[in-house]
Amino acid sequence: MAVIRLLLVTLAVWLVVGQAQAGGIEVRGFDDPVLEQRYQSLTASLRCPKCQNQAIDDSDSPIAGDMRDRVYAMLQDGRSDMEIRDHMVQRFGDYVLYNPRLEGRTYLLWGLPAGLVVLGGVLVALVVRARRNASARALSDEERARLDALINRGRES
Amino acid sequence: MTRRLLLLLPLLGFLVLMAFFYQGLDLNPFHRESKLVEDAREFPAFELSTLAEPERIVDESLLEGEVTLVNVWGEWCPTCKQEMPQLLDLAERGVRLVGVDYKDTREKGREFLTEFGNPFEVNLFDPEGELGFDLGVYGAPESFLVDRDGVIRYHHTGAITPEDVRDVILPEVKKWQ
Repeated sequence: MAVIRLLLVTLAVWLVVGQAQAGGIEVRGFDDPVLEQRYQSLTASLRCPKCQNQAIDDSDSPIAGDMRDRVYAMLQDGRSDMEIRDHMVQRFGDYVLYNPRLEGRTYLLWGLPAGLVVLGGVLVALVVRARRNASARALSDEERARLDALINRGRES
Repeated sequence: MTRRLLLLLPLLGFLVLMAFFYQGLDLNPFHRESKLVEDAREFPAFELSTLAEPERIVDESLLEGEVTLVNVWGEWCPTCKQEMPQLLDLAERGVRLVGVDYKDTREKGREFLTEFGNPFEVNLFDPEGELGFDLGVYGAPESFLVDRDGVIRYHHTGAITPEDVRDVILPEVKKWQ
């Protein structure tokens, strides 16, 4: 038991030290927890322009560091999330937004999933209705006679 | 019969997806549309000293009156070295070039110019990368073609190759002159 505890403590220490050493990512102090929360969500939702697919809070590329600095400075300056996002988009383009804005050229992007769900629903409804109609309709006398003939022919051969 | 045709719908969907993905094969993942060019934005305001003379401060009015290619470079950037012959070529063909020595030290920046040549009329010294940030520069080299009114007309990310000089840069310069 003591051994396991020791191992766990070692692991914890190693993880913490490892994190700190890995750190191109700096630790920032905030007086206001709300500001800190906003900083974290902003840096997690802004995409590093130099990287293929990394948020700026996750990248040690120099430009990601500059962008974090700017986000921090603007937050301290009392700017809104919207202003900060706009500030970045003005410079680096829509590419930096992990959640693209709803505008003319993104209607398709945002609308397609909902459109497909609706389309799927319509298809399912159509199929269900077609099946219901088919099963509700019994065979006519003529059809029954044909069916009997077919079955009998199969037996005879 | 229509029922039969309906069965082809999934295949059709598949083909549409194929066409979509096939197109993706040729896309360059490093390509970005430039917001500055899209909005035909004016060159951002700046006040920076020149690399050669620390006491000489210049601002964006430097770029007015003549079509200028602004090139963001740094001594630490290997691709910038590969790009220098093309920039020297452009300068020789009469294109006005202004450099931005980005996130560099004066000493190293000057060494770079001594070693690889200096095609620039003037170099702005941007050690903190402030002007670079306002230009949306995320790596060097990057180049911006600014027209005579100071509006950004073309943005080139990465090194300018000899083909780029011939096929892109010179035609763009001509277009805005």
